[in-house]
Amino acid sequence: MTGRLLEVDKLIVEYPAGGFGRKQPFRALNGVSLDIRPGETVGLVGESGSGKTTLGRAVLGLAPVTGGAIRYNGRDISQLSRSKRRELSSEIQVVFQDPYTSLNPALTIEQILTEPLTIRKVAKAEATSRVRELLDQVRLPADAGSRLPREFSGGQRQRIAIARALALDPRLIVCDEPVSALDLSTQARVLALFKEIQERTGVAYLFVSHDLAVVRLLSHRVAVMHRGEIVEWGDGDQVTARPQHPYTRTLFLAAPVPDPVAQAERRAERQRLKAALTTN
Amino acid sequence: MTAVPLPPEAVPGVSAVEHAGVFRRLLKDPTGVVSLAFLVLTVLAGVFAPVLAPHDPDKASAADILAKPGGRYLLGADGSGHDILSRLLYAIRPTLEGAVLAVLVAAAIGVTAGLISGYYGRWFAGAASWVASLLMALPGIVVLLAARAVIGPSLFGAMTIFGILIAPAFYRVVHAAVSGVRQELYVDAARVSGLSDARIISRHILTVVRAPAIILAANLAGIAIAIEAGLDFLGLGDLSRPTWGGMLNDAFTNIYSAPLQLLWPSLAIGLTCMALALLGNALRDELERSGTPKRRRRAKRAPATVSVQREPVITHDEIAGSAGEELLLVRELAVGYDQPNGSVQTVVEDVSLTVRRGEVHGLIGESGSGKTQTAFAIMRLLPPGGRIVAGDINFAGVDLARGSEKEMTRLRGARIAYVPQEPMSNLDPSFTIGHQLTEPIRVSLGVGRAEARARALQLLERVGIPDPPRTFAAYPHQISGGMAQRVLIAGAVSCNPDLLIADEPTTALDVTVQAEVLDLLRDLQAEFQMGVLLVTHNFGVVADLCDRVSVMRAGRIVETGPVRSVFADPRHPYTKSLFDAIPEDSQPRGPLLTKETP
Repeated sequence: MTGRLLEVDKLIVEYPAGGFGRKQPFRALNGVSLDIRPGETVGLVGESGSGKTTLGRAVLGLAPVTGGAIRYNGRDISQLSRSKRRELSSEIQVVFQDPYTSLNPALTIEQILTEPLTIRKVAKAEATSRVRELLDQVRLPADAGSRLPREFSGGQRQRIAIARALALDPRLIVCDEPVSALDLSTQARVLALFKEIQERTGVAYLFVSHDLAVVRLLSHRVAVMHRGEIVEWGDGDQVTARPQHPYTRTLFLAAPVPDPVAQAERRAERQRLKAALTTN
Repeated sequence: MTAVPLPPEAVPGVSAVEHAGVFRRLLKDPTGVVSLAFLVLTVLAGVFAPVLAPHDPDKASAADILAKPGGRYLLGADGSGHDILSRLLYAIRPTLEGAVLAVLVAAAIGVTAGLISGYYGRWFAGAASWVASLLMALPGIVVLLAARAVIGPSLFGAMTIFGILIAPAFYRVVHAAVSGVRQELYVDAARVSGLSDARIISRHILTVVRAPAIILAANLAGIAIAIEAGLDFLGLGDLSRPTWGGMLNDAFTNIYSAPLQLLWPSLAIGLTCMALALLGNALRDELERSGTPKRRRRAKRAPATVSVQREPVITHDEIAGSAGEELLLVRELAVGYDQPNGSVQTVVEDVSLTVRRGEVHGLIGESGSGKTQTAFAIMRLLPPGGRIVAGDINFAGVDLARGSEKEMTRLRGARIAYVPQEPMSNLDPSFTIGHQLTEPIRVSLGVGRAEARARALQLLERVGIPDPPRTFAAYPHQISGGMAQRVLIAGAVSCNPDLLIADEPTTALDVTVQAEVLDLLRDLQAEFQMGVLLVTHNFGVVADLCDRVSVMRAGRIVETGPVRSVFADPRHPYTKSLFDAIPEDSQPRGPLLTKETP
């Protein structure tokens, strides 16, 4: 199929129940379908436990897929062996939520950034110049390479994580809550960086977040997840400004807006919606 | 959101990376140097024993039985007329070789099994830990005695078996370290980067295992030497060659005629074991000091010495009719932390704010702005090292900045209540919700058990918990985060407080739960006519709940006033920049434009 970089088709992910006995496995994703085009950002919104992170991990091959398919460029990648999966590492990359645990504290920034390059057998000199290029792309000084992660602030660490994801020129980056651990002004700068990189390199993002405002800012299309299923899926402005599904509307109204007058109205509207839902 | 320019970020110059090896730092530690030097000398003495020893260790001279120290024999001669010093020196090599063998065997089995079970888990982990428990349950000496009966008096055979017996020690340590690091996101990131398991283990996992394994090896080597000596002392070792344990046995038989002879092998065994143990400790100190730096909690990160010039706080005009009873008056509060060098690092400076009865005062700022420190200072619950350096805190006629600890204990809970950020970590997992709710009610209000229970159930119902008796009997892990926060709010208002201090009360919650908790706080505040100090970083929460807001930056308040006025007309450049950074009123990005969709 042309124009589809990634296609998730009726995906089911189940985690085996712990302990003895025949307990029901926990179904984290229940028949989820969506697609991502090249150069596109698909936002994935939901509350904790909705399965949004699991979907991202399934695309990365880090979650057990029990049903359905994930097609990358038309090829099913949901059941690949580890060695086949490794070949995909230059195509699909990741930026995690917590910039404090996603970088090994014992390695220097240069060691972290060259890690994906060394397995590609890139020559040392070439790798060093690539590191400088990557640091420049994420607006960090060139001498950052010789330092350790602990010398950087949260926002700077997240830039390093972005640089690592970019090292192999991937076509899709799964961003799992990449700005939710950051301060407001840092968050704005990192989001702008995401956008700028996309406009320059044409990489596609699967952007997972609980923050509707952040998703709206960055996403071309948005999927709303609730209890392991996608309840609403469509163009970003449609889903985030004129949501159809009651759950999306609840979610949308629950986020307080930074305007006391508007927020008072929203609060009243949310309470009306809640009352309507409980009486029905 | 306006486009934010992206200049290269300056990285605060901390220091050249501390790559100075552990070894070099070990040399600066007196314990490390002494123990290491002793061990090196011992090894050298063992290797060069044939050169150093003044006599043939096996040459017995009937004339010199139990010869006194000095003269021909420096340390004297033993019960068979052997030179003690020579035998001590000759015994070093087999002793150390045995210990090294035991440790190597243990490490080879234990580290390998620990790596596999920690990294892959599943059935192997179960089986391995079962075997480890079994080995640990076996009495070591008995097994060694039985083995000797089968394989004969072989030092290396015994030490190999001993190595197997102590392998669980390595297994446990390595397994714990690996399964901990396995959860780290950087291991996932390495997998996504396409690293093979072998590479991930050698690059990310072994570095974590290395330190504890080395420390353990040093300690186990000491134990192995002691066990060796024990076997030899019992006469179960190889009798054909000199050993420390064997010498101890010989000296023991002559303890009345030549008691001094007991000293030399004892010293050799004791000092070697001690040196190994101390080396292990010194290594641990050095590795733990710098190996993995402790992650600093964001909230605690104090800004570098506050050096902003004293600029006037931008104060918005009061709205007429907002003059309630002034419940809390903070004047020029400064909070500082004592530094090791004797100076005081100020994290909050010149903070003045007022909370009136029936009013919600929002304290907003980014991490490290000092907002939480201010809240903790008002409750006098600053972390160790922190104290109020200057200013007054007047709460209903009491100066909280100078009040006695006893006075504070009486006020906290009863008149000043607190709602924390992390609901789960503020409930004790080993007590039921009901127990944790009724205890403070009984203490603060002095009521009986039944009455406290009735009040707690009533409160649980009031905060919107669907089935109060069930939650009352539940343990914290049985309820959700949102429910836990409701329970804590119920606890906070249980004694009808005048002032409620809420530190990011909804940050850990989902947006829909957050909206409900904010509704609850608003209702309770109106019902109890409390003054509320709300610490948050979320402008939406402030807009929703607060009547008044103060914006903090780098330990100071830069702008304060009624919420509507500040939000409609932010004046301080910092406040403006924060408003600009809010993604809330951003435009949707719109669908992707491609050639197919013109």
